[in-house]
Amino acid sequence: MSNSLHLDIPAGVPWIDFTREFDAPVAAVFEAHRDPEKVKQWLGPNGYVMDIDAWDFTTGGAYRYTHRTDHGDFGFRGVFHTIRDNEFALQTFEFDGAPDEVALEFMWFEDLGDGRTRLRGRSIGRSVEGRDAMVESGMEVGMAQGYERLEALVAQAA
Amino acid sequence: MIRLNTGMTDDSTSVDLGFAALADPVRRAIIARLSRGPATVNEIAEPFEISLQAISKHIQVLEHAGLVTRTREAQRRPVHLNPDALERLTAWIDGYRLTHEQRFRRLDAVLGAPSAAPSTDQERS
Repeated sequence: MSNSLHLDIPAGVPWIDFTREFDAPVAAVFEAHRDPEKVKQWLGPNGYVMDIDAWDFTTGGAYRYTHRTDHGDFGFRGVFHTIRDNEFALQTFEFDGAPDEVALEFMWFEDLGDGRTRLRGRSIGRSVEGRDAMVESGMEVGMAQGYERLEALVAQAA
Repeated sequence: MIRLNTGMTDDSTSVDLGFAALADPVRRAIIARLSRGPATVNEIAEPFEISLQAISKHIQVLEHAGLVTRTREAQRRPVHLNPDALERLTAWIDGYRLTHEQRFRRLDAVLGAPSAAPSTDQERS
């Protein structure tokens, strides 16, 4: 069973596409996005605390959270524009470190049957530069975790 | 390799420059040529149907981005690839992927833990 992440980050366009499948029913995957207690367990970087100040995963709701890491705090906020249970989410996303570079994030929760779900997403930045900055902010957290975690990841995958 | 960044500083600038430099097909071809070994500007220019001056300009861009360096060896000034800089660009992409891979693996764990996903059973019934 290998659920690999497919990332598509084409050059020269302001969006990123991803696809990932899960061995869980669509309602469970959706619930893991809706319930802040569950979100806390997976959205933040490995081994660091994620503080959620607000998380109202409903149409018109909003969120704000902070990843607390050894190399600083990273704050994020946005609004949930449209949420359709077990089906669709559209939200804004802004990293405090890159103000006004707001991204639109689309997510489709697709029921594959047999208790499996496909999560499809597109994140659209304001500009190509903004998207690249967003990818890079991901790098900062990712890289800081270093090879130690990469090893754990590889061991897990084996 | 652990790089601790406190913000988007030198690192992001060099990555920006690196990707901008590689956005051009001629410069990518130059990098490909240099991956086989150092070469002079004349040698690099040979397969291209553009002026030596234009090639020099492209090399300057690559140099500015830190992707290549020029050394002085007698009259020759061969251009060398800087593999570290290329590696940084790769790490930039891999880091993003790594972050997301890890995130979704944690989500797998949340979904797999029976106590963590009570709605799973509700949905099945």
